[in-house]
Amino acid sequence: MSDAHASHDGGNHGSVKSYVIGLILSLVLTIIPFWMVMSGGFSNMAIVLTISIMAICQVLVQLIMFMHLDFKTEEGWNAGSFIFTALILVILVGGSLWIMQNLHANMMLGG
Amino acid sequence: MTTQTVNQHDAHAHDGHEHHDASGMKLFGFWVYLMSDLVIFGSLFATYAVLMKGTAGGPSGADIFELPLILVSTFLLLFSSFTYGMAVLAMHADRVAQVKGWLVITFLLGAGFIGLEIYEFHHLIAEGFGPDRSAFLSSFFTLVGTHGLHVTFGLIWMLVMIVQLFTKGLNDKTRPRIMCLSLFWHFLDIVWICVFTFVYLMGVL
Repeated sequence: MSDAHASHDGGNHGSVKSYVIGLILSLVLTIIPFWMVMSGGFSNMAIVLTISIMAICQVLVQLIMFMHLDFKTEEGWNAGSFIFTALILVILVGGSLWIMQNLHANMMLGG
Repeated sequence: MTTQTVNQHDAHAHDGHEHHDASGMKLFGFWVYLMSDLVIFGSLFATYAVLMKGTAGGPSGADIFELPLILVSTFLLLFSSFTYGMAVLAMHADRVAQVKGWLVITFLLGAGFIGLEIYEFHHLIAEGFGPDRSAFLSSFFTLVGTHGLHVTFGLIWMLVMIVQLFTKGLNDKTRPRIMCLSLFWHFLDIVWICVFTFVYLMGVL
């Protein structure tokens, strides 16, 4: 019976251990960026680069440890649709910024 | 006799499989909704990135963001994500009382997050830095407010699930709902990672 329940939703549901590891990693990846910005002893370039990478790491940690994203659940359709959405996001956000920056430079608006 | 047993076994296995599929399909359908929601947040992030320099003589992010407050909000949401995970583990162990307990804790942490956000928004508007002040503030309130609204609806959904656990208990209807809300809640935490990194932390640089 408990076996049947365990397979209810397919895929794995993690364990206390995987959630605790996810929490600790998330805490570290949150505290370091806040500390870097609030202490103010770093160059802006270094901060932007480091906190961007840490944000991406924390998103991946939570996707894997909390949301249990893998290529086995639903035969990989969850992960597949996520990768497709990530591609759309890169085009949407990157494309918008690229076009608007170009417009801004060409129109020479102040500010 | 042997064939009959095998057939029965097959039929049973098939039943279990269909049952699993129905629940799995529900979760996958909800996942696809989350992906479309992600595109909405992506558009709002792009809008914010384009408009963030448009302060129209008003305050910039560095003038108005209070990082200690944001750090506390971030911790509240992160811990609530963890406690929801504990609720899901308790559900798979069939411990209804524990599921209720974890859901109540998660609800309180989420309510604390929303409380801080309302305080922040109220504070900004009271100082005259509302969404009508500049393009920067319009896009800021839209992005952060949309996330806050999602969390609010998550809280209402959580309240409904707590009530349903008392009236219906854990069954084939309530289990997938708790799993969908789990995805929703973790998803909002992931969006918040991008908000505190790209809006608040980079905003004060």
